[in-house]
Amino acid sequence: MTARIEPPVSPVSKPFWDASRDQRFVLPWSTASGKAMWYPREVDPQAPDAAIEWREASGDGVVYAASVHHRPGPGRDEADGPYVVALIELAEGVRMMSNVVGCEPYDVAVGMPVRLVWEPLSDGRHLPQFTPA
Amino acid sequence: MTERTLRGAAAIVGVADIASPTGQLDQRGRALEVAMIRAALDDAGLTLDDVDGVCHAGSPTALAEFLGIQSRYVDGTVVGGSSYELHVEHAAAAIAAGLCEVVVSVYASTPRSDRRRPGGGTFGGGGPGGGRPMGPNPAVEWEIPFGLRMPMGAYALAASRHMAVYGTTAEQLAQIAVDTRAWATMNPNARFQEPITIQDVLDSPMIASPLHLLDCCLVTDGAGAFVMTSAERARDLGRPPVYVLGAATAGSHQMISQMPDLATTAGAVSGPAALRMAGVKTNDVDLLMGYDSFTITALLHLEDLGFCGKGEGGAFVEDGKLGPGGGPLAMNTNGGGLSYTHPGMYGMFLLVEAARQLRGEAGQRQIPRHDVAVAHGSGGVLSTMGTVVLGTEATL
Repeated sequence: MTARIEPPVSPVSKPFWDASRDQRFVLPWSTASGKAMWYPREVDPQAPDAAIEWREASGDGVVYAASVHHRPGPGRDEADGPYVVALIELAEGVRMMSNVVGCEPYDVAVGMPVRLVWEPLSDGRHLPQFTPA
Repeated sequence: MTERTLRGAAAIVGVADIASPTGQLDQRGRALEVAMIRAALDDAGLTLDDVDGVCHAGSPTALAEFLGIQSRYVDGTVVGGSSYELHVEHAAAAIAAGLCEVVVSVYASTPRSDRRRPGGGTFGGGGPGGGRPMGPNPAVEWEIPFGLRMPMGAYALAASRHMAVYGTTAEQLAQIAVDTRAWATMNPNARFQEPITIQDVLDSPMIASPLHLLDCCLVTDGAGAFVMTSAERARDLGRPPVYVLGAATAGSHQMISQMPDLATTAGAVSGPAALRMAGVKTNDVDLLMGYDSFTITALLHLEDLGFCGKGEGGAFVEDGKLGPGGGPLAMNTNGGGLSYTHPGMYGMFLLVEAARQLRGEAGQRQIPRHDVAVAHGSGGVLSTMGTVVLGTEATL
């Protein structure tokens, strides 16, 4: 059994991971542009003095691209079978990488609406995953 | 912006490369680099004493020291597989500006042999995100935990997007692998030289949908080098000069999850810019050496450089016109990263084959009309594109 590779906590992303302990899904927003950003950045490069605000997000999204991985990637085991790596376009206008779970891998299609579900990590944090809405 | 600033100012005057049907080479490291540099200099009729500029996608100063070169110009650009197209662009600019006169660039990598050596290889290098002053590499936090298999997973996402938006089919992508293999049957150094069919590609194991094993490039040993100098000096050397007519770089992202549009690369910027500098239209191009890390990669280049419209790549390739005996445009005549060699950063081999074809030295696979070639490198995960337009004396 291959051990899952759990994400490190970078200083800039600590609010995301802290919120994930309570299964709260938050995204960083630039108060200058009024837009969400992903991945979390230390500053908005267009407005480095503007504050970054963490706001609750809907967890709703649409599959932008998806690949069924037959040969396992890092931290995955061939015995667990094929799994879906996808890019999810969130309702808040940013795109994040994740997995689509809770359905047959080949049922996942580009354009499919999905919603957030949480996968527990070993230290009390949760990893964002998506499932057909 | 001034146009055509580099057109015809510098030329590739010597090339060398090496690969083997076994996928393995006897030499490695500096010894292999030196062998390639000497072979490229021999080809040019130059010696190490002539060299005053060194490009290396690692440490050009360490290489210069090893070679005993007192350099006036060093370029350590490393952006992945397209590093060597960027080296050509930068060297042409440096030569045009009088910063230096004779530049070498070299690449050597032996991942296939290294895997079998005690202590393993360096392929993939270091631990995830270790030692970065800015905290962990964002990919370790935001891509790796989702099991993204690199690099094919990233390209599979791009292919899935292209199929969904434009209706591109697995058969159309497979045709690229088939045509590339057909060229490889005429390259005695190619790793794979047996013809394949579309069905062979579709029947090969699915790695990361929609990409099958035969949609993916090889992992082989390989090495190559080129020598560049001024157009003026090039005319006095032994081989027909291969002039740099145009060159451009464009980058759009580092991680695949940050790529603005997974069905359009920054080649849509670098390609037209390089062609404009060269004063060349796509139907003037006899040969496209388009980086084929995966079949989807080559298809995206065809669209983004303007050989066909956006979304039309599948229909463009499906009649096999890019293979031997096809249409006026040939693609990846050495057998490409798919069938010839792919040691990791394949861009060097694009330039070597383009030079050989333009000089009329490609043997059995020589294309009949060979005045203009485009070497288009893709670095990272469709991240940094380097387009180089090359031409013979007749094109100046």
